[in-house]
Amino acid sequence: MLVQILFYLFATLLVAGALGVITARNPVYSALFLVFSFVNSAAIWLLVEAEFLAIVLVLVYVGAVMVLFLFVVMMLDINLAELKRGFTRFAWLGWITALAVIAEIMGVIWGHGLGGIDVGRGFVSEPASYSNTRALGQVLYTRYAYPFELAAVLLIVAIVAAIALTLRRRPGLKVQDVSRQVAVRAEDRLRVVKVSPEKRS
Amino acid sequence: MHTQIQHLLALWGTLPEIVRTVVWILIITLVVILCVAFLTLWERKVIGWMQLRRGPNRVRIFGLLPGFGQPFADVFKLLTKEVVVPSGASKFLFRIAPALALVPALAAWAVIPLSPQLVVSKANAGLLYLLALSSMGVYGIILAGWAANSKYAFLGAMRSAAQMVAYEIAMGFALVGVLMAAGSMNLGQIVQHQQGGWLAWNWFWLFPLFVVYFIAGVAETNRAPFDVAEGESEIVAGFHVEYSGIAFALFFLAEYANMILISALTAVFFFGGWLSPVAGYPVLGATFLGDPSFFWLGLKVFVFLFLFLWFRATFPRYRYDQIMRLGWKALIPVTLVWIGVEMLMAAIHIGPWARPWFH
Repeated sequence: MLVQILFYLFATLLVAGALGVITARNPVYSALFLVFSFVNSAAIWLLVEAEFLAIVLVLVYVGAVMVLFLFVVMMLDINLAELKRGFTRFAWLGWITALAVIAEIMGVIWGHGLGGIDVGRGFVSEPASYSNTRALGQVLYTRYAYPFELAAVLLIVAIVAAIALTLRRRPGLKVQDVSRQVAVRAEDRLRVVKVSPEKRS
Repeated sequence: MHTQIQHLLALWGTLPEIVRTVVWILIITLVVILCVAFLTLWERKVIGWMQLRRGPNRVRIFGLLPGFGQPFADVFKLLTKEVVVPSGASKFLFRIAPALALVPALAAWAVIPLSPQLVVSKANAGLLYLLALSSMGVYGIILAGWAANSKYAFLGAMRSAAQMVAYEIAMGFALVGVLMAAGSMNLGQIVQHQQGGWLAWNWFWLFPLFVVYFIAGVAETNRAPFDVAEGESEIVAGFHVEYSGIAFALFFLAEYANMILISALTAVFFFGGWLSPVAGYPVLGATFLGDPSFFWLGLKVFVFLFLFLWFRATFPRYRYDQIMRLGWKALIPVTLVWIGVEMLMAAIHIGPWARPWFH
């Protein structure tokens, strides 16, 4: 009963947050609504005892991705009137995309079912000794080790590509040579002299 | 009197678990806040002594203990001051940002084992929970900086966001090393697996990770020498330049609660938490000092807190690019190398991997 009440609470907040993302006028508020939605979906995951997924969602998306997102969005100087002018002109494109995504999700669910999960039977909780994290680690490093490594390589390639694309060396740029700064010793810069005190007259 | 206490204890046992948990949460929160109050006093005293001053010595409690009333005087002063919201500020975010900074610092105490019996939640993924919460702490600061609609505050927020994201990675990797040595993410088990005297604690085999973790912890809490987010000589007071009264006090509270938290976590991860260093020694081991208890955790936390204060009195502030360089090019490679060394240790069964249950 309590779980159901909590589920509907978090689900309502999640939908409200998602609506906030697309209706907020200020992009910073949009990003914050997205953070709010992430936190609520993490709470829903916690309700079905998927604690690893829930915590990782908060750790990765809320803690790292959205911080960088906010970092960029806060520095943008967007003219909102300019942004909204094209809204009605391109609305049909948005509707088509939305309908296509919904149709795809429905297709997958109808075509495959939910992967053998019997929705009508309700949720069966695991014993207290069961560790979601351990179970996930066990399949990830044995059965799915190969796809897992592939995903890691893909991410490395993406990182290298992102750095390579944005790295540019402008000639004549004045930069500090940090290695030389670190190597500086006090003796090179500072001379301690002994001054004999003046005689008191 | 004695029977009354027994009566109360019996009553405590009959309460439903949710009520007991809530009571424990309230007690721990209250104690943390009181500790923050006296930590501010201790900081000013210690730094005073280091600089050949006396520190606060005027306000007394009930006419006793000079200086001990200072934290309460400060709190009452801040409580009665007006909270000025700048015009042009984003009002809702400006008001909610201090709370967002404080909540993760307090919520993290849920999984910290205070003594062998006492922990609010024995969560299996306790370590992940801590990482997630510490990564949420940055929101309070960047929202405060942005919502204040001030250039100085915004600069502070930007600096702090970049710094926290960078040092979180070093911190996370250091914790990966702890995770490998303990074989568990439950904090109580991490402590238990360090049993066997003070040389069996994680700091000995994971010494570089301990150093990285503590430095990253100092950076995460925006303390000197990593306090560029405040940088009063460059950007006035950084992200909280526009805050006054109790809103400012909440930021202050969050910073100090985070310091206590990082100290407690360092003790739990690397110094055996509530384990006793004299357990098994002839004379002292036979007394209460030999038993694992909250006393030892408290003592360890106190030592690390003192390090925080000592750093502040000793080191000049880092330059922003030096902070980034240290985080990305020194601390993260050290952790990566040491995780490789741990793999070797695990392969030849030494250190934490010599324990029978690892095979």
